[in-house]
Amino acid sequence: MIAGLDLHVFGDALQFVFDERRLILEKTWEHLLLSGAALAIATAIALPLGVWLGHLHRGSFLAVNVANLGRALPSLAVIAVGFVFLGVGFWSVALALVVLAVPPILTNTYVAVDGVQTDAVEAARGMGMTRRQIVTRVELPLALPLIFAGIRTATVFVVATATIAAVAGGGGLGDIIVNQAGYGLEGVVGAALCVSVLALLADAAVGLLQRFLTPAGLRAEARAFEPDVVTATEATLEQLGAKS
Amino acid sequence: MTVPLGEQLVAQGGPVIPDFGEGSDCVVDNRLFCPDWVRDNWSSVLQPALVEHIELTLIAVAVGFVLSLAAALLTHRYRHLERTFGSFSAVVYTVPSLALFQLLVPVTGLTVTTVEVALVGYTLLILYRNILEGLRSVPPDVLEAARGMGLTRRQTLWRIELPLAVPATMAGLRIAVVSTIALATVAALVVPKGLGYPIFLALREAFNTEILVAGALAVALALVADALLVVAERALTPWARARRVT
Repeated sequence: MIAGLDLHVFGDALQFVFDERRLILEKTWEHLLLSGAALAIATAIALPLGVWLGHLHRGSFLAVNVANLGRALPSLAVIAVGFVFLGVGFWSVALALVVLAVPPILTNTYVAVDGVQTDAVEAARGMGMTRRQIVTRVELPLALPLIFAGIRTATVFVVATATIAAVAGGGGLGDIIVNQAGYGLEGVVGAALCVSVLALLADAAVGLLQRFLTPAGLRAEARAFEPDVVTATEATLEQLGAKS
Repeated sequence: MTVPLGEQLVAQGGPVIPDFGEGSDCVVDNRLFCPDWVRDNWSSVLQPALVEHIELTLIAVAVGFVLSLAAALLTHRYRHLERTFGSFSAVVYTVPSLALFQLLVPVTGLTVTTVEVALVGYTLLILYRNILEGLRSVPPDVLEAARGMGLTRRQTLWRIELPLAVPATMAGLRIAVVSTIALATVAALVVPKGLGYPIFLALREAFNTEILVAGALAVALALVADALLVVAERALTPWARARRVT
């Protein structure tokens, strides 16, 4: 009775993914390349900037507003504007994705480093650590869990948004999703399934990396004070609105 | 304008031969921004898209809000439900919007329903978490005072817990509205509605003015909605302002 209810499409979609596994793998690779490039550039920009501002405890206005603005930017509009000014292609879309990935990483890094306990920093100073040592040996390790929460948000977001990249010639799995005329509904649904799995896997992968990179001492502590850590992360995520 | 975009969109690339119908030199040359095109097409293209976009957003946020409120109230009462609701909405949240729209097409077709189901899904996690957080943020001594005054459970909920949850709820609403406005642009791939439709069409023809204007409208809509909700939040929580003054 429901209009267009044909669930066998899901079966056909799986068949499509299997039959066209070469195409799917190729597009998945493009997708990962595009997302990886955008995330690497965004992290290279946002991480040092956030650490620097957080270390100085300055620029909270900037950090919060960047997050707000980032949330208000529709990804399609950013990609479309990138297309107007930078033309068709990989780097045009990658740059648009960088614009979208910077806010969550920047804000989370800032909040994390800014929030490192002053006691710890003062103890480090009292031990005769230089500024650089304080940043790299005290603030950064302590801020790592929250920083990674930001990178995780950005990762899921970029992998998801890279799908839209296809309309501006960025390649990736979106190429199949927006081309129903070429691949049929089963192709579109198949590619959509692949993107969803990819996003969930990327999320899990960054989560694992986070656990791996968190200092052992902090890991034990994080377990002991779990409620605090969780609310801190969730509060930031909510402030950021994870996705836009 | 009723052909579903999925059927006609072909990936960009290669040279595009622009054909924007008759128009000024500016439009024919496809310069960066042509004010005359905007003037001529405001009432026929841009304004309807803007209105549709607002409709899509309002429906999604309203339905999402009712569902989240119900779920949050249930969880507040029966704590064991949190894991179920929480993980369900977290998974929905991770699925890319474009993919979710397409995954729903075989079930609900190329309809507004498909779009709304997806948009509502995305509002759930934000709103549910924030409302629940707000309900739980009520200080225990306030609750005890309420019990001491002889308020029933229902009265406590209506007179104490819900009003005190307003700030957190409004914060969630802000995020939900702004992100729904952003996500609704992608909905044009399923139904020819909203500001995403002119963007997709213009991208196909590489028509600069339309891309920029429709894109700017979407951003402006999100910023204006955010500002309006800030004003509403202040009006709804006068006590917060009073506290700020002292």
